[in-house]
Amino acid sequence: MTFAMIELPLIVLLPFLGAAVVAYVSKAHRLLASWVSGFITLFAIIKLFQVSHIPFNDQTLVQSFSWIRSINLNFAFRLDGIGMLLAYIVLIIGLFIVIYARYYLSKKDSMGRFYSYLLLFMGSMVGIALSENIIQIFFFWELTSLSSFLLISFWQYKKEGRDGAIMALVVTGGGGLALFASFMMLGHIVGSYELSTILQSRDIIISSPLFTPMFILFSLGVITKSAQFPFHFWLPHAMAAPTPVSAYLHSATMVKAGIFLLARFYPVFSDTPEWDFIITTAGLITLLTGAFFAFFKDDLKALLAYSTISHLGLVTFLFGLSTPLATFTAIFHIINHATFKAALFMIVGIVDHEAKTRDLKKLGGLFNLMPYTATLAMVCAASMAGFPPFNGFLSKEMILDRALNDASYLLVPILVTLGSGFSVAYSIRLVADTFFGKKSGFLQVEPHEPVSGMKLPIYILSFACIVVGIIPMLSVYPLLEVAVAGSLQATAPSVKIALWHGLNAPLFMSLFAIGLGFFMYWKKEILISNYDKYLSNLDARIPYNKAIESFFEWAKVIDKKIHEGKIHDSIYTLIISTFIVGFFGFILYGNGNIFGQRELLPITALSSIIFIVLTITVVSVILFHKQKLLSLVIIGLVGLIISLIFIKFSAPDLALTQISVELVTIILVLLALYYLPPFSPTESSKFKIRADLLLATIGGIGSAILSLSVMSREYNPISSFFIENAKSGGGGTNVVNVILVDFRGLDTMGEIVVLGIAGIGIYAMLQGLNLYAPTKDARGFKWSIDSHPVILKTTTKLMLPIMLLVAVFIFLRGHNLPGGGFIAGLIAAVAIIVQYLANGIEWSSKRLNFDKHFLIGSGVLIAALTGAISMVLHFPFLTSTFTYLNWPIVGKFEIASAMAFDLGVFLVVVGATVMILVNLGKVSMTSHKLSQEDNQKEEY
Amino acid sequence: MEILIALSIGILTGGGIFLTLKSRIFSVVLGLMMLSYAVNLFLFSMGRLSINKAAILKDGVQNYADPLPQALVLTAIVISFGMTAFLIVLSLRAKKELGSDHIDGQVDTKNGDKN
Repeated sequence: MTFAMIELPLIVLLPFLGAAVVAYVSKAHRLLASWVSGFITLFAIIKLFQVSHIPFNDQTLVQSFSWIRSINLNFAFRLDGIGMLLAYIVLIIGLFIVIYARYYLSKKDSMGRFYSYLLLFMGSMVGIALSENIIQIFFFWELTSLSSFLLISFWQYKKEGRDGAIMALVVTGGGGLALFASFMMLGHIVGSYELSTILQSRDIIISSPLFTPMFILFSLGVITKSAQFPFHFWLPHAMAAPTPVSAYLHSATMVKAGIFLLARFYPVFSDTPEWDFIITTAGLITLLTGAFFAFFKDDLKALLAYSTISHLGLVTFLFGLSTPLATFTAIFHIINHATFKAALFMIVGIVDHEAKTRDLKKLGGLFNLMPYTATLAMVCAASMAGFPPFNGFLSKEMILDRALNDASYLLVPILVTLGSGFSVAYSIRLVADTFFGKKSGFLQVEPHEPVSGMKLPIYILSFACIVVGIIPMLSVYPLLEVAVAGSLQATAPSVKIALWHGLNAPLFMSLFAIGLGFFMYWKKEILISNYDKYLSNLDARIPYNKAIESFFEWAKVIDKKIHEGKIHDSIYTLIISTFIVGFFGFILYGNGNIFGQRELLPITALSSIIFIVLTITVVSVILFHKQKLLSLVIIGLVGLIISLIFIKFSAPDLALTQISVELVTIILVLLALYYLPPFSPTESSKFKIRADLLLATIGGIGSAILSLSVMSREYNPISSFFIENAKSGGGGTNVVNVILVDFRGLDTMGEIVVLGIAGIGIYAMLQGLNLYAPTKDARGFKWSIDSHPVILKTTTKLMLPIMLLVAVFIFLRGHNLPGGGFIAGLIAAVAIIVQYLANGIEWSSKRLNFDKHFLIGSGVLIAALTGAISMVLHFPFLTSTFTYLNWPIVGKFEIASAMAFDLGVFLVVVGATVMILVNLGKVSMTSHKLSQEDNQKEEY
Repeated sequence: MEILIALSIGILTGGGIFLTLKSRIFSVVLGLMMLSYAVNLFLFSMGRLSINKAAILKDGVQNYADPLPQALVLTAIVISFGMTAFLIVLSLRAKKELGSDHIDGQVDTKNGDKN
């Protein structure tokens, strides 16, 4: 792999890498974070520049690496004109923001955290711009939502920051889910998730019946992200973020992500009724409402936020027109808006920084105090309002021209002219109320010009506004042409951008808009007082909060319906719903007969007797369940019958496991029983018992029918594979064991980890647990003093080596005959536990003092290591191998690597089982002492 | 024979459900043990029943019992032991913290055990 092949992933991953580095180096010096961020961004720009000739030669660069094959996810990157444009905007404005924020942030703010988040965001945005795979686009899309959340709430101690961040995340994250669904559908329609294929498949996509729902979901993603009506409300609240963040994310880049998708999918989605209706309408409404409300906002950042909403609406509207020329204009305006709006946000940041307020009612007359900043503000605001000779004027003229020529209704150009009139009005208000007029008495400090480093990015951006405005064809046109070609996936229409096109309709519309703007500013007192009276109460937070609250309410209601915190009721819900699902499943989707045609085995007299015994024992457990000891003895009997059933039906391994587990379980419950009251009080009413019985009967009948309907059907097992390959592939004749340690080794690995966790969890729960232990039994007799009978003690000591030998034997033969790690582990555990039972905790702990945690840990490690070794040898995880050795006396002996795995299983089972029982026993020791002391006190 | 096994599964399930509906921890543990018998038998029966079939590979033998459900059930038995143990100890801890062996954590008001 040469370096050139990973150029694009490198550009995307550089900022992510930088995020980690920056977080680390900021510990050394806070300014180091900004320097490193700056150099990383610069480096990414250089890398991008090195490959930029490719789009300029009308080519598309795709670099793809296989990632997750089963879901068609490739780690794939694509460089074409439109992606390159967005990447440049993100990186270059990003660099400016890095410089600006270095002066903006105060000493109290954590530089490392800020720049780390900023680079995370930068990387995600470049990822959206340069991705080839649409799932990957979604991946980066969600990352921008998350990093935006982190950046908005950067000042975590501010409530409005936290609220704004959550609102932004809820809205854009919800839109992200819709987008994901639409990408899934798109991939399903096309049969590929690669843009190269999708962009060629217009006919398949728009003729698909899934197109309409897919497109609606797509536009939900787009309009939430790009703050379009009716989801625009999150953007003003996101202004609680530090101003560099607002300048970067919420004006120049992130909110352009939605629009970028419109440009990206323009060749396949545009010019359909769905596209024309949704995109044009959303854009037009947003353009008007945004510009209208911007005029009335006193907070400078809120004014800019609504202005951003309005400009985004304008661009969206242009895409909705579905003509190449409108697309050209839209992309031109994206560039222009990014330059003047980022600069304006930075200026507002400076004003806020210097005057300690950004309220227009408190500001005024700052021109004499900060003339340079004021001049820069005038340039950028003039560009925003669309005054010549700035770049905003050029794109505005073109927009008016497109509205006039491409829209089908006369109303459209009128509305657009109105919107641009509002735009002039708020631009004038922004400049006039801040820098001119009387110097306000509200200011607590004397503002002055900021350090020049803070103004540097603004100088460059304002300069760009002028250069693009005066010589568009020489400055921006080549890049624009390539970007438009990338969006259209065709040659861009050739357009002559110029300041003067002669006296034409757009010029007059423009003049009207400027007149309207001045008029509105002139009448602002009346307008604002009317706004305050009628419209200022409009707050999107109220319906938003209501919606969020009602979600929680509904969740609570449903939650309450399903379970009220009583296990009894939850079981009812569970069983009844299972029964309903099963019942209707049978009726609606079954093939008629409940039972199949398979020939059944004949019933023998002996098995009938066993069945009757089983029935009697189950019924007795239910009858005597309040007498705990008795019912425990009976349920042990049930377990024994189950192991008999396993033997009868050719499952010796299961019978062995069942019988040893039964033993361990009974000992365990006996130990626990010591602390539980010997009898349960009667609490249930007769009605409740009847209802419970009915439910149990329904459940029983249901499961009996289900089992019989399965068993009476023919089936086509996959186990012939295991039977054929057990000997040749796994080297063992006990197929069950070979499946456990070889074919399905990973499952078994999971099982022993769970068992180990259960053991350690129990150990943790028993720490420091002292329970009251009764000194008398249920009938009021004192416990026997002779707790460790001599005969039992002696025989168990003799039995220990024999039992361990049996365990080793069962373990060794497990691969070929019934046995294996699980069963051997249980037998060994029983051997050890019996010592504890017979000889007491103190005696046994001294002699059997091995570390059970270590046993569990080493067991899991051995099992994992066996798997890892096969990976080192370039086989898949847990591939096993075997060979035959000739041992003296024993003879030919097979040794398989799976045996090491089984050893791990063995160790975990022994460790966990012994740990559980011994620790429970230890509790009895401490508790017993406690209660004896109590007793002695009582007697005295 | 299948009918008997199906009935056994049904009886064990019914008994298990009835006992888990009780309010005292011990009955619930008994119920869960019974339910795990039922579930294990059910899983096992998915490989269909076979009497006197070989479980171990041998030359010349054609008919084998289905080993796959057996392997699944084997681990299920061990895991259900782990679960039962965890539940019992959890209930002991809960009894210590809440002073009751009621599964919903209700504190005893009348007789029963006195702590």
